[in-house]
Amino acid sequence: MTEPGPIVEFRRVSKSFGDTRAVDAVSFAVHRGEFFSLLGPSGCGKTTTLRLLAGFEAPDPDGGEVRIEGEVVNFRRPYERRIGMVFQNYALFPHLSVERNVAFGLEEHRVPRTEIPGRVERALRLVRLAPATFARRKPHQLSGGQRQRVALARALVLEPAILLLDEPLGAIDLKLRKEMQLELKALNRELGMTFVYVTHDQEEALAMSDRIAVMSEARIAQLGTPAEVYENPRTEFVAGFIGEANLLEGTAGKRESGEGGCWGVAPRDGPSFLVPHHPAISEGATVRIAVRPEWLDLFAPGSVPPGENALPGTVLDVVYLGETMHVVVALDELRRVRVALRNEGQLVNPLPWRRGGAVMVAWRPEDCQLLELE
Amino acid sequence: MTRRPPWLLVAVVATVVLLLHLPVLVLVLYSFNASRYAADWTGFTLHWYARLLQRPDILRALRLSLTVAAVSTVVATALGTLLALGLARRPFRGQRLVESGLYLPIVTPEVVAGIALLILFAALRVPLGVSTVIVAHVAFSTPFVAVVVLARLRGMDRALEEAALVLGADEATAFRRVTLPLLAPGILAGALLAFTLSLDDFVITFFVAGPGSTTLPVLVYSMVRRGIEPTINAVSAVLVVLTTIAVAVAGRVGVARRP
Amino acid sequence: MTAGLRRRLLASFARRPSAGSWALVSPALLWLLLFFAVPLALLLGYSLMHRGTYGGVSPGFTLEHYRRFVDPLYLAVAGRTLGIALATTALCLLLGYPVAYGIARAGRWRNALLFLVILPFWTSFLVRTYAMIILLRESGVFNAVLQGLGVISAPLDLLYTPGAVLAGLVYGFLPFMILPIYASLERLDLSLLDAAEALGARPAARFRRVTLPLSLPGVAAGSLLVFIPALGSFLTPDLLGGAKTMMLGNLVQNQFGPARNWPFGAAISFALMGVVFVALLAWLRVRDREAAA
Repeated sequence: MTEPGPIVEFRRVSKSFGDTRAVDAVSFAVHRGEFFSLLGPSGCGKTTTLRLLAGFEAPDPDGGEVRIEGEVVNFRRPYERRIGMVFQNYALFPHLSVERNVAFGLEEHRVPRTEIPGRVERALRLVRLAPATFARRKPHQLSGGQRQRVALARALVLEPAILLLDEPLGAIDLKLRKEMQLELKALNRELGMTFVYVTHDQEEALAMSDRIAVMSEARIAQLGTPAEVYENPRTEFVAGFIGEANLLEGTAGKRESGEGGCWGVAPRDGPSFLVPHHPAISEGATVRIAVRPEWLDLFAPGSVPPGENALPGTVLDVVYLGETMHVVVALDELRRVRVALRNEGQLVNPLPWRRGGAVMVAWRPEDCQLLELE
Repeated sequence: MTRRPPWLLVAVVATVVLLLHLPVLVLVLYSFNASRYAADWTGFTLHWYARLLQRPDILRALRLSLTVAAVSTVVATALGTLLALGLARRPFRGQRLVESGLYLPIVTPEVVAGIALLILFAALRVPLGVSTVIVAHVAFSTPFVAVVVLARLRGMDRALEEAALVLGADEATAFRRVTLPLLAPGILAGALLAFTLSLDDFVITFFVAGPGSTTLPVLVYSMVRRGIEPTINAVSAVLVVLTTIAVAVAGRVGVARRP
Repeated sequence: MTAGLRRRLLASFARRPSAGSWALVSPALLWLLLFFAVPLALLLGYSLMHRGTYGGVSPGFTLEHYRRFVDPLYLAVAGRTLGIALATTALCLLLGYPVAYGIARAGRWRNALLFLVILPFWTSFLVRTYAMIILLRESGVFNAVLQGLGVISAPLDLLYTPGAVLAGLVYGFLPFMILPIYASLERLDLSLLDAAEALGARPAARFRRVTLPLSLPGVAAGSLLVFIPALGSFLTPDLLGGAKTMMLGNLVQNQFGPARNWPFGAAISFALMGVVFVALLAWLRVRDREAAA
């Protein structure tokens, strides 16, 4: 009876707008205190999912159950749910000062008037806004980052069970965004509050989340920890959306003998490569793998270490990215791959690869991810 | 467009704007003319304004105009605001029809609207009087108020209401504490528009006013038909001043609140 | 209202948003239905009925009033009305576009100029028409000035002519043309002009190929806002036009006044509304096509 179940649960929830299915039989559970992200491109349904959780939308008549703390809340209004929300454009009340904005929710919840100023002050300090300086200001007198903090304080002051965040860092510049990512993560840990975070920025999701639900076309494509989603993407979409992925495809030929042996996979053109055994592979089946740029290495022709897969190619471009160097290699007219190599200082120890040069693209057979065929 | 405009353009604009105001300025000027016969200027006088105060029919008409304007403004603003609120929410079936239909009263020639209402009242055997005038004024003011308030509503961030909802306010409270304060300037502008429309209306009022319900414009019209006299200038000047004040207030209110 | 009842009421409206919208929209809709749509329907009905002996109508379906309208006498009035309305629109466009353009480029003076243009827009049409009488009549200011300057020896017969009506209408409706054009010019993205300049277009070409086409929605709206009221104008031809310059509006009013032929008046009104409707549809179609583009 007192078993702590998931704090949020979606059971086959669907939501349509007219003829369009925005959310299609989506199921997932969020654990207490977790930093849970909904990640995907625009139109994938992540914002609608968040709004279903907030209560701005209700599921379709036969569209499943939204549960908060075990109770079905399909038709409960937002003000009847124990949630806080931070909006994309902050949604600060322009006619109220910062402290009146933060106090708004406290007033609605009939918190005794004597308590309010203290709680407002604590909330402002929590988001690192000095009350003395900022309390009386109006939203239009604040910078984007400051407005975001006020929006956060306004939600946190109510000590909700769950905090919903709808792409809150979208309008903020890069440096500040990275700072705020760390602050949000810290708040999540310190307060032990469950965060449900919507974003289209996969780096952000990877950096902050405990688990990520990658969404595409109204469904969840994959749900897992950042490592699972990045290193073991299940589908081509996930592999391509999170980080970069080189996709290689071929038909499975003969399986090598021995325990856990590899399959020889022959693409339409070019030499075959080895893929570790997986129950889904059978002789003659189409095999598609994703190889992350950092799992690839480049060698001069003839000097590939034994045991590694190797495909010949021509260097198209060498891209300087600061931390890493990306080398774009054309395997043939249609296929190209990106290889990520550590930058050891181009001024002192430059890469030997030049545009037009012939190279061998190599990777260890186990450094690939088998993709589901859709 | 920050490059200095060519002098020809400036000249044209200045001329046209001046011409736009010339007739009324002349009118106001001549309301102070001592001579009965407008063309000759014989001296500055407030005589005609004094005459105004001695004319019970003019004073009655002024009082009636202000009363009708006040009442019809309140009703039209309420109806128009509700209408705008309904149209600004999530799209509903028939919304486009309602919104397009909203423009029909605005665009219909006043003569047609006036006689149509006359026909209605005749068919319903309703005697023409102050109430028929008020009813007519509300009918043609409401769409204007709705259009003004709707424009303001559409410019508002929908997320503000939602933010209020997650913070614990129910729909009615969210409206009262968030939407209404931000909408107030728009509603006020709409109300002022309705007020001046009512105050200045002639054609429709002409058709639906009864013998005892002569508003100021209707009175002015009959005076003009009877023959020109400077008192008319004074009355007109009063109307113009009232309207100017209303417009100035509307402008100030609309500008001041822009965040 | 108890808190529980209030919550349930709000929740039910939230669940069916269209119900809430209809609830809000209904009062105004009912009022307009009753005091605008129904009267118009009655108007149509009356136009198809017989003329009553003592004014009003008597039952019986007839098209005689519409047939009567197609008579050279009345068609002349219709023709004159159409002509004056078109001329008014054209003149307002000619005068109004430069003014709107100038205000859009005015920078600091913009608000002041807008106020000056909006003010007559809100001032009583009757007062403004009367002001024209003062200017144009024989003993009026215009003649006085011209005589004083020695340009003419005897006062000109300016009033009670089509020209006076035209002048009165243009004067009255000019702000209706200026404001919509200004609105669409103000929304013009200036970087488009910069782009055109970078592509080699000189000022005249930039205006012709970028500014003018993009301001057409405003021109269309302004033209509609001038043409339709001009078509139905009653006051201006009544005060400035005299018996010689009768327009459809006067004809209608006549039928509901001295002539006591309500159905005929209704028929004329409906013909007028027909033209209005066509103009409105044309404008809506243009507007929707612009919106889709």
